[in-house]
Amino acid sequence: MKLALPFTLPPLRFDREGRRLWKDLAMTAAAFVCVVIALIPLGSILIEAGIRGIQAITPNLFLFDTAYGGIGNAIQGTLILIALSSVIALPIGILTGIYLSEFGKGRVGDGVRFFVDVLTQVPSIVVGIFVYSLFLTLALAGLMSTRSVFTTITGVIALTTIMIPFVARTSEESLRLVPVSTREAALALGIPRYRSILRVVLPSGVSGLVTGALLGVARVAGETAPLLMTAYGSFYGFSGLDQPIESLPHTIYTFALDGSPARLQAAWGASLVLVLIMLVISIVSRAIVHFRSVSE
Amino acid sequence: MAAKIHIERLSAWYGAKKAIEDITMDFEEHEVTAIIGPSGCGKSTLIRCLNRMHETIPKARAEGKVLLDEEDVYQLPAVSVRRRIGMVFQKANPFPTMSIYDNVAAGLRLNGERNRDKLDAAVLKSLKAAALWDEVKDSLDKSGASLSGGQQQRLCIARALAVEPEVLLMDEPCSALDPIATAKIEDLIFDLKTQYTVVIVTHNMQQAARVADKTAFLYLGKLIEVNRTRDLFERPAEELTEKYITGRFG
Repeated sequence: MKLALPFTLPPLRFDREGRRLWKDLAMTAAAFVCVVIALIPLGSILIEAGIRGIQAITPNLFLFDTAYGGIGNAIQGTLILIALSSVIALPIGILTGIYLSEFGKGRVGDGVRFFVDVLTQVPSIVVGIFVYSLFLTLALAGLMSTRSVFTTITGVIALTTIMIPFVARTSEESLRLVPVSTREAALALGIPRYRSILRVVLPSGVSGLVTGALLGVARVAGETAPLLMTAYGSFYGFSGLDQPIESLPHTIYTFALDGSPARLQAAWGASLVLVLIMLVISIVSRAIVHFRSVSE
Repeated sequence: MAAKIHIERLSAWYGAKKAIEDITMDFEEHEVTAIIGPSGCGKSTLIRCLNRMHETIPKARAEGKVLLDEEDVYQLPAVSVRRRIGMVFQKANPFPTMSIYDNVAAGLRLNGERNRDKLDAAVLKSLKAAALWDEVKDSLDKSGASLSGGQQQRLCIARALAVEPEVLLMDEPCSALDPIATAKIEDLIFDLKTQYTVVIVTHNMQQAARVADKTAFLYLGKLIEVNRTRDLFERPAEELTEKYITGRFG
């Protein structure tokens, strides 16, 4: 097999054809270099987290809570936060995306789309302070205990608020990629609109929907800022929806700033675990999509 | 005998742009009617008004009457009109996520049919009617997108036939196909008219001459002439028609 090297040198001629070949080479090389530059930070993060993280991985890291230098409760907390946020945000986000892509043509649609766009760009810490202030106000008004400000529930509300617009927008984009001809084929068979959306449009866009959902999960799984003001963090395992809860990003944050080398190493271990959780979620959901689609 | 479809003073718009204007004509039962004319003359718009697909485009609207067996299709639910008037599009559009079998069964299944025997029978019958059965009988669970272009178009015809429509609209069904695939579809159209009323849009005049019993010539959204195919091509009544079919414009 001949390798398609981008570096076969063109002949040393500078007529029209020669100039074109040299320009082609220069642009190809520039594109190649940019790819490498883009991959350097990504690669070094993964390698760094891999090498440093693996050194931290011991049975005790998983068995102990953060109170004793482990991350067991943080893994549990992150999984609970991801699961609860996803259960709420994915259906709402995907349904909003369906509305925007299939029905949101007029002014109302444009309004919703603009609103969703603005929401996706709100910095997560602003969402955090909003949820924090909201519950604090309610607590100060005597409607609930001040202890209900730092709870799993407020953490989930903050993450859900970040996730819904993000998932809505990615769902809309992936459904818009389903060609008009496919929709027309369904309608021309006399299939009612709602059923053609559910049975033809959604399955055709499912890989995009899953990717969008995953990106949404990934986005909130790594959030620290809003959790500082809501779920807060805990030294121990999950003890109720109305109690503070630990999460991996929060552990990484507190351990890394702790000053002790052992905690810093544990922070790297937590980072590696967080990356691996995302990897597993990604692989599993892609496998599900793959096996559910028909063979080519 | 009354025509299968009778349209009267039919006009259609896309937003402010008028695409067809004041068209009145008949489509006879068990006949093939061809609609010819240069690009953009409103051929597709005309047939899309027959099964109410025109109105699925944002800001599109139509005025006038379309009578199917003397019933005004604009007074009937759009879904039931589309079940009685099937459609095949210019570009083959099998459902990308479905197998060959599921593609053909889609119309029945998504309208609530669950009986496996009935579905099997409908798939067999439709694929045979679309002259595709022999080529796909061993690969019914393969993706519809894995077929060649001509096979995909026949798959779409089979899909349209499976819901047992009375009329089949074909919007330039061969424009993306090679001559061999085109010949197969033309043979098929010839067979189909024993059971269905066929309306075919084409910009290929030879094709219209080969398959159609009756031909209508559209120009700039107006119906210039409609007649028995042979008469239209051999003794056109209008000068514009003669110019078009002799290739002096278009």
